[in-house]
Amino acid sequence: MKRSPREITGWSAAIAIVVIASLIPIVWIISLSFKDPSTIADGSFLPTKWTWTNYSGIFKQSLFTDALRNSIGIALIATLISVVLACFAAYAIARLDFPGKRLILVFALAIAMFPPISIVGPLYNMWRNIGLYDTWPGLIIPYMTFALPLAIFTLSAFFREIPWELEQAAQVDGATPFQAFFKVIAPLAAPGVFTTAILVFLFCWNDFVFAVSLTSTSKAETVPAAIASFPGASQFTAPIGSIAAAAVVVTIPIIVIVLLFQRRIVAGLTAGAVKG
Amino acid sequence: MSATAATNQPVTPAPSRKRHLTERARAERRLGWSLVAPAGIVMIAVSIYPIVYAFVLSLQRADLRFPAANKFIGLDNYKTVLTSPLWWQDVWHTVVLTVIPVSLELVIGMALALIMHRVIFGRGPVRAIALIPYGIVTVVAAYSWRYAWEADSGWIPHLLGLKSDPLTSTFRSYLAIIVSEVWKTTPFMALLLLGGLALVPDELHEAAKVDGATAWQRFWRITIPLMKPAILVALLFRTLDAFRIFDTVYIFNQGAHGTETVSILAYNQLLNRLNLGLGSAVSVLIFLMVALIAFLFIKGFGAAAAPGGGER
Repeated sequence: MKRSPREITGWSAAIAIVVIASLIPIVWIISLSFKDPSTIADGSFLPTKWTWTNYSGIFKQSLFTDALRNSIGIALIATLISVVLACFAAYAIARLDFPGKRLILVFALAIAMFPPISIVGPLYNMWRNIGLYDTWPGLIIPYMTFALPLAIFTLSAFFREIPWELEQAAQVDGATPFQAFFKVIAPLAAPGVFTTAILVFLFCWNDFVFAVSLTSTSKAETVPAAIASFPGASQFTAPIGSIAAAAVVVTIPIIVIVLLFQRRIVAGLTAGAVKG
Repeated sequence: MSATAATNQPVTPAPSRKRHLTERARAERRLGWSLVAPAGIVMIAVSIYPIVYAFVLSLQRADLRFPAANKFIGLDNYKTVLTSPLWWQDVWHTVVLTVIPVSLELVIGMALALIMHRVIFGRGPVRAIALIPYGIVTVVAAYSWRYAWEADSGWIPHLLGLKSDPLTSTFRSYLAIIVSEVWKTTPFMALLLLGGLALVPDELHEAAKVDGATAWQRFWRITIPLMKPAILVALLFRTLDAFRIFDTVYIFNQGAHGTETVSILAYNQLLNRLNLGLGSAVSVLIFLMVALIAFLFIKGFGAAAAPGGGER
């Protein structure tokens, strides 16, 4: 099909608008992070004087490096546990027949709609009483709760699409049940599981409400909460440069994930939502 | 989709399974329950139990600064909240910060979904770049926009030649917060709409084209009606999500300049004033409002799903 020049111009303009609108805030925060402290308030979009000091500064502060460690650790563990538990549940929902399975989906949907702030108060009180306040598990547990519905929905949508007959076919061909599962089904299920893991990780990495309410020190504070409490170099300077640099550091993994796995993220979110 | 779901149903003997459970069916049930149980238990333990506990707390005078004064006071906390003008102001702020961003997101998200769906070149990169805001941490997005608007550091006042600090006026604070929210969440809206767009068969468009329908007519008469379920799902998700807005407002000004939302109010009561009773009453009210919104939407689904949209 031939495209008219008018069509090509139109599409180029549309694409340009999307790209510029999506990237301006990213370019801006990167630009801020490279601005020399003396020029940080000059209001120019790009740095006039470049510097690495904001980055070297935050990596010298344990406030930031601890938070980074907490963010990575907590998000990874919460993702791992939720995806494993969700795999069990989604397998059962997609493949087995048992009463109450619709109920599980409805219940998961209800949880997904829960306003997190509603349970922050009770969790705060409970965690203080049982010693989970300001600890890794204290954040991992609520993250799992909110990640599980997302994971169960996405995974059961993926699992429904798997041709499970292949498992029996492989067994007919002489494979053991174990082989049939790991050689035939696991490779088919892996992309869905991986996609779900990405979505869940993004969710945990993004959280602010729980992090700011249920942690208080570098023991468990994650980067979003730590950034919001960055102290300035002196009491009169806002720590704009440090905040910008820290923001860029937590954003880099996200951009890499999105660029590499764009197709999976699209597939995962549309699979989970449309049939819901 | 419903067809594939049906064929993938397990291969248990279908007839008369209700009355006479075979050994195998019973084993299958047990396996099903035990596989679902761990996830189900975690979800119940960390959501149902706390919301019940929040309700219990909301009936008490529970102030961590005065633990000795704890006692059961019935619905007094609710009376205090519901008669306070602050609460109603915050509800209004939250409604504004829900309705305006979600409406904008629906329109922009639809445009973005159409672009992502039909783009004739560079589809992969365009989709990837459009998705970046979805992945960005909300706090980071909020900081970027806040510093963009701030009088002494920002490029926006610089560009527009504004003299005063834009973020000290209520109107401009709202504008800034709304821009930030819309930027961050439009891609999510667009993705949900994209899923619906993929279900619209091309042949219908071709047929309408042959009959002389313009692109505009085809959009309103074919695309929109067929996408109705997807639009409602997207609106539901985004409305509930927008209603609990917290991160962006917290980062911008912690609710100053008339931007305090109900979530910020609950946070302040619970964690700054340590008034668990009053804060829990606010939390329970937020929960009830969210449940009401969800209920209204789901009633709407029933109406919308009736003509042809009833997939499940």
